[in-house]
Amino acid sequence: MLGLGKKDLMFLLIVVLLTLTAPILLNPFPEGSAMAQFNAGYPDLMQRIAIFAIFAVGFNILFGLTGYLSFGHAAFIGVGSYAMVWMMKLLTMNILPGLILSIVMGGLFAVVIGYVSLRRSGIYFSILTLAFAQMCFNMAYSVLTPITGGENGLGPQIADPRILDAVNTSGSVPEVNLFGLSMRATYKMDLWGRLFQFNAGYYVCGILSVLMFYLALRIFRSPFGMMLRAIKSNQHRLNYTGLNSKPYMLAAFVISGMYAGLAGGLMAAMDPLAGADRMQWSASGEVVLMVILGGVGTMLGPVLGAGFIKYFENIFSKINDSVLHDWFSIFPKWLENLLVGILHPFVGQGWNLTLGVLFMLVVIFLPGGLIEGGQRIGRLFRRKPDAKGPAPASTPAE
Amino acid sequence: MGILEVKGVNKRFGGLQALGNVNLSVTENTVHAIIGPNGAGKSTLLNCLVGKLIPDTGSVLFDGQSVLGRKPHEINQMGISRVFQTPEIFADLSVFENVLIPCFAKRDGAYRLHAFETIAAETDILGKAEKMLRDVNMWDKREMHAGALSRGDKRRLEMAMCLSQSPKLLLLDEPTAGMARADTNNTIDLLKEIKSRGNITMVIIEHDMHVVFSLADRITVLAQGSPLVEDVPENIKGHPKVKEAYLGEAAH
Repeated sequence: MLGLGKKDLMFLLIVVLLTLTAPILLNPFPEGSAMAQFNAGYPDLMQRIAIFAIFAVGFNILFGLTGYLSFGHAAFIGVGSYAMVWMMKLLTMNILPGLILSIVMGGLFAVVIGYVSLRRSGIYFSILTLAFAQMCFNMAYSVLTPITGGENGLGPQIADPRILDAVNTSGSVPEVNLFGLSMRATYKMDLWGRLFQFNAGYYVCGILSVLMFYLALRIFRSPFGMMLRAIKSNQHRLNYTGLNSKPYMLAAFVISGMYAGLAGGLMAAMDPLAGADRMQWSASGEVVLMVILGGVGTMLGPVLGAGFIKYFENIFSKINDSVLHDWFSIFPKWLENLLVGILHPFVGQGWNLTLGVLFMLVVIFLPGGLIEGGQRIGRLFRRKPDAKGPAPASTPAE
Repeated sequence: MGILEVKGVNKRFGGLQALGNVNLSVTENTVHAIIGPNGAGKSTLLNCLVGKLIPDTGSVLFDGQSVLGRKPHEINQMGISRVFQTPEIFADLSVFENVLIPCFAKRDGAYRLHAFETIAAETDILGKAEKMLRDVNMWDKREMHAGALSRGDKRRLEMAMCLSQSPKLLLLDEPTAGMARADTNNTIDLLKEIKSRGNITMVIIEHDMHVVFSLADRITVLAQGSPLVEDVPENIKGHPKVKEAYLGEAAH
């Protein structure tokens, strides 16, 4: 069904279920309890996880399958964001035209950047993509200010034409919507002492990310995906087998650029302000971290990596000294101060340190990323030697 | 006129004349061996045939068309496959996928964006690849990572990959190098069988004279970048010029 094998179908079904129930699953701790700050089930964070999952899954099609490491994918995020905001300014606050344009623009930019960058491989390819992204960033910041809003960023204004929408009489910028359904609309449910928030914006991002995940799964299992893995394995042999690796590479680059464009569009749709800093190299680096942390070349790895990093960014950065003092108040004063002193650099502003340490641990001890960690734990529980022997190379997913 | 016509090919690397005025004519459906001492230019010549190197002067015609200046994938699509000195396979892919890829390349050409098709639906290609793997006795190993194969198996896999494209011309660069005697004999049997099925021309570079004399219909002896003799195997054996080239002594 859906062009997938039985195993993949189950896999997809699990992803769909997880996405739909995320607002419940990510809110395991009761409201007001000491652990409540570890809850991730609020719309803003869930949207961001879904969006970055799209970005990382698309990036993985290029990096995971072909092994070409692009350091400039943030450029497509930025392009997608600007495309979305311009559609909101000119056409309508309905996000659909914006999403379509952001995918198209992401793809167009990827054709140009990919065509030039793919003339080289290895580190030179990475540097070329990085150079392009920094060019885009600097141009957006300076000379292209009329289009990009420069350092103030670009957002929809009250006076914008919006030719498809009804005349705006409310005196404020109309709400971002999808055919009338506001992205901010949230159905709140108070149950078992927990507050579950079912947010329209999250479900738009979530459903799109499932759809994009499904497309990526199809690509991974297709002959095209096999050719991309062959490029990573032995490009030399591929050429002598009668295949031209250039168009395959470019197609993979453009597909991942379109994923990034969509992710950028969604970012602007959830928070209608596009700034040039989205294109900065640190944003390009972040997606590389996500994919490596989760597991390069696996299906679920990039999603896990995206969730992991965004969760840490949001949760750990919120923990401050007073929260720490709260936790350790049961200890004698001197021990409390000592513990807080030790943990202080790892939380709040210092969450990057925590992430860095975790990243190093994963790369050193789990070169296959979090997915490999999961597989190892799974093997521990199974204990019995796998009757099938080593996993067949044809299914590098899970 | 042969299927492969090499005329007046010269290739220089700096001060070294790697190939000097090489002429070679390979008749269709024969096995043509190129032998010669180390550094005679055998591999350079082969590289000129597949587009890896471009000769300084001269022409290489395959089936009446020039191969010079064409990219490797274009030359393959013309019907030339090559087995390398060290097996070139897709080490990270399964054995089965290694054979699927050339089958796709043969059917779909140099590029096709089949991103939303499934491999499982391509029954004709799956069948062809299965037959090919059974032919080389590797069907049991289809799920293995190709990189985990033994050297002899890698070689057989590479051969299967080339043969699955039913090339008109198969170039073999020392196909038995580093193989045990038993593996060498298996390879000879395999190549003999391929030859007996017909419709294939082979150019083979080999050090092992046992292999050469079991397979070749014609032999060209290359020394210092130029063809020394070209003849049927019987006449090459004990040819004074060949002895001289190999042993470096004056023939008497």
